[in-house]
Order: sequence, then structure tokens, then C-alpha cells
Amino acid sequence: MALKLPIYMDNAATTPCDPRVVEAMLPYFTEMFGNAGSRNHSYGWAAETAADTARGQVAKLLGCTDKEVLFTSGATESNNLAIKGVAYMYQKAPAGQSGRGHIVTCTIEHKAVLDPCKRLQKEGFDVTFIEPPADGVVTAEMVKAAMRADTILVTIMWANNELGTINQVREIGALCKERGVIFHTDATQWVGKMPTNVEQDNVDLLSLSAHKLFGPKGVGALYVRRHRPRVRLQALQEGGGQERGFRSGTHNITGIVGLGKACEIAMAEMERDALRLAKLKSKLEAGVLAQLDSCVVNGNAEKRLPHISNISFGFVEGEGLMMAVKDIACSSGSACTSASLEPSYVLKGIGVGDELAHSSLRLSLGKWTTEAEVDFAIEQVVQGVKKLRVMSPLYDMHKEGIDLSSVQWAHH
Amino acid sequence: MPYGPKVIDHYENPRNVGNFGTQEQMKSDKRVGVGLVGAPECGDVMQLCIKVNEQTGKIEDAKFKTFGCGSAIASSSLATEWIKGMSVEEAAELRNTQLVQELSLPPVKIHCSVLAEDAVKAAINDYRKKNGLPDMAEDHDHAKAG
Repeated sequence: MALKLPIYMDNAATTPCDPRVVEAMLPYFTEMFGNAGSRNHSYGWAAETAADTARGQVAKLLGCTDKEVLFTSGATESNNLAIKGVAYMYQKAPAGQSGRGHIVTCTIEHKAVLDPCKRLQKEGFDVTFIEPPADGVVTAEMVKAAMRADTILVTIMWANNELGTINQVREIGALCKERGVIFHTDATQWVGKMPTNVEQDNVDLLSLSAHKLFGPKGVGALYVRRHRPRVRLQALQEGGGQERGFRSGTHNITGIVGLGKACEIAMAEMERDALRLAKLKSKLEAGVLAQLDSCVVNGNAEKRLPHISNISFGFVEGEGLMMAVKDIACSSGSACTSASLEPSYVLKGIGVGDELAHSSLRLSLGKWTTEAEVDFAIEQVVQGVKKLRVMSPLYDMHKEGIDLSSVQWAHH
Repeated sequence: MPYGPKVIDHYENPRNVGNFGTQEQMKSDKRVGVGLVGAPECGDVMQLCIKVNEQTGKIEDAKFKTFGCGSAIASSSLATEWIKGMSVEEAAELRNTQLVQELSLPPVKIHCSVLAEDAVKAAINDYRKKNGLPDMAEDHDHAKAG
């Protein structure tokens, strides 16, 4: 069967909606369109019931109680609410003063965690940004070393979105529990792919997004622990008092139904999918590395999600590389689209040099990625890099044994 | 980044990819001039080599290798195509604006054409230096291997 080009290998950016999810959502656009806040008629009741069902589906996937799930517009909102909501609630000094409390995070978190932390820093909180080692994995030891007596919050992602590396969440959670510090994790890339249990994993707050697990865009959830400890948050969005006052705004019922259904499907299928994807990812990496020298798979080899692969290719340039793999929809390690030439801060954060960071590809597989697509990707990546290397003066020098760092380059 | 059809054509079918031997071999050949411009951390490195016919003084062959985006590859590919058969003096007249026009490069890619012009000049100057002639007009601080 002919492949539909470009093949989609950017599932860490977003995933297609599962048709079963769409089917579950449809009646809530046209028939059961009620406002879950309308208590006086069946339209409202139907919406409320739908939200309750979805809350149960999310809770089951996370191993928590229904009441601990708040619906949001996605992981960005969940992260903002968790981080700022905790900071403002547990602050040690009022606004306008310094010494309001200490937060621990990491330099390779998603921007939706980094930017709220940086804002809090400006507002008088202290923030420690852990610099991860070359394998990208944040351990409990690193968190322990960063903690202080006035630490109020630790926020460390479960798995990194660019590398797929998995942090020591359970151990970090245990450490936080022992110290009485609240622990938030951005689990956007993790939930629905890997088994999650907020009790066993010692998580107090967890962010997730539906569109990363074959659900719709524009909806997500925040898990907020209610027992041991009962986590309190200051609401950021005020209004009708929905979601127990933590998050006002009419429920996005279609989205919430979709999120619930996506979680239900993930619960049933993620284990099987993960096994299949891990094999495909191994095949992809082995296939590329067997045929090309001077390539590096970034991030810890074992502690990595089954579906994300990030590979750097020496002696080829990033934009040229993207042209060479034009039939693969994937991400590059370069934020460089046209004007900006900034390489990925995540790759820089684990010590990958600027040149290699630019010439990196993130290939992320999904539920519907086929072996034929993986074979195609291997071929296109290998051919593309080979073609560029034939043209690359740097690859020639490398082969002639010239140390590129000893060359006096003319800087423009 | 949308590329024009001529850039894509040169990227897909680059003209005159190659060199005239290793760096050492090219260094010792008086007929050959090598221009190496740009820097890896800037995302563009071009190596443009010319081989000059000693009798006619014309560029009988030109080759390039480029580490860079599609526009950089196309600029250097087109430059080699144009300067082949020219006298060294004629080739030195090549201007980046001609490349911009022919390839319809957008403003953010103009530096690629500048680099190609610099590479041609650097190759010519390398050739002249080897043959005891002074540099042409602008003096480019081009990269030296080693």
C-alpha cells in the first residue's frame, strides 16, 4: 500500500484524534449541548453527567479519585494553575516582598513550566533551575541537592518532550513527601502512554493534555491531591466558580467527553501500544545508526519513552536536513524557522553543541505509525544525510582527520 | 521555509559538487584556488574551488561543497555554474545581487548569496597568492584549514 506523504512522525507535538473519541464527542455538539451549570433541565443534567463520567475515566487512568480531577484547557493552563496557584497559596511573604518561597525546577522543562517559574522569580520567589546531566535524566539526588528549608514546590516533568527521557518521578515524589514539599509533574508526554498511579508515584499535582493521547485539542486536566496532603491552590481564573472554584468557565463538554474517552481507550490499549512502539523505535534508531556514522541518539538510552527518538547528525546543517526529510513530518532541534537561529534549549541544556543541536531530528511515533512508515523514515533520513554529507566540506575535513575546532573560521 | 523553484532545483540536483583532491593536494596545486568561508556555528560553510588553465587564464573547472541550508547550497551551486569558463578577472566581478535575482532569494537568505560571492573571491585570491599575485580588491578574512 502506498504511503500517504508526508508520513506523520510528530506525535510528541500532537496526535490525531481517535475516531472512537470523535464519535463519543459528536452528540455533545448538537443534541446534548447543555451547560453543566444549568441545574433546572435535562440538557444541563446530561452535560453534568457527561462531565462526571469523563472525570471518572481520567481518574481511573491516574489512579486517583474523581474529585481530584480538574478540567482545564490543556497542560499549559494546568501547569500555570499548579505552579502559580501553589506559589500564591503557600507563599512565605506577601506580594511586593522578597523571600516569598523557593521553587525547584529544571532547565529543560517545557516553556509552560519555565515561564510561570520565571514570572514568580520576578515577583519575589526564588527558583532553582536544575541543570540536568548529559543523559537528560533528573534524579531525586539532584532535587535533594537543590532543595532548601524554604522550598514550597518542586516541579519536574515526568518525561521530556524533546528527548523522551524519563525522570525519577517516584523517588522525587517520595523525597518531597518526606520534606513536606508539594510536588507537581508535567506529565503531558507520559500519561496515556505509560502506567500512572499518583498514589504509588507520590505525585501531588499532575498536568495532562488530551491532544497528546489521541484526544481533542483545547482540553486537559490537572490532578490535585485531596488527602495527605490536601493541596490548596489559589485560582487564577475567576467567575462562575466551576471546578470547585479552582477554574471558572463553562465546561468544554465536547472536549471533556473526548478527553475522558481518550483516557478510557489509553487505559485499555497503552500497554500493547507501548510494546509495539518500543520495537519500532528501536528499529528506527538501529536502522539509522547502522547506515550512518557520526550520529548520536540524544538522552538516556534506557530511561526513555517508547515513542520518542531524538537523533543528531554530525556535519550536516539543520535547515538543509529538514529539506532532505521533507516527506517526514517531524520536528528539528532547531527553533530556526526563518529569522531566529536559536538551537533547541533542551539539547543545549544537556550539553549538545549548537551545531549538533541544529542538525537534530525528533521523530515521535504514535498509535497508527506502521512498520512501513518506519522503513520509509529510515531510508529518507539515511539518503538525506548521505546526500548532504557528499556536499559537506565539514564531513570531508572530518574524514581527512582535520579537527574542525582547530580551523580558523571567518565569522560573519 | 518556502523555497523558490530554482533553489529547489539546485538543492535537488546540485551542479559541480566536489573538490580537486584533499586539502593537502589542493594546497600544493598552483592551478587550484580554494575559498573556504563561513563558520559551522553560524550554520553556513562554503568551500569553492577553481581550477585555472595556465595557458588561457580561464577557469576551466569549478567545484563546491556547502554545509548550509537550501539557499546556501543553491547559491554556491549556481556560482560554480556561472564562473566556469570565465576568466579569473570576469569571475571576480560576480555579485551576490545577481545570485539573489536569479534564485529569487528572500531577504532572510541574502547572506547565503553574500557568502557565495565571498567564496568565489576567496578562491581567486588563494589562486593569485599561490602564483605570486596580490589580492584582488576586497581582502576577505577567509578561513584556513589547519
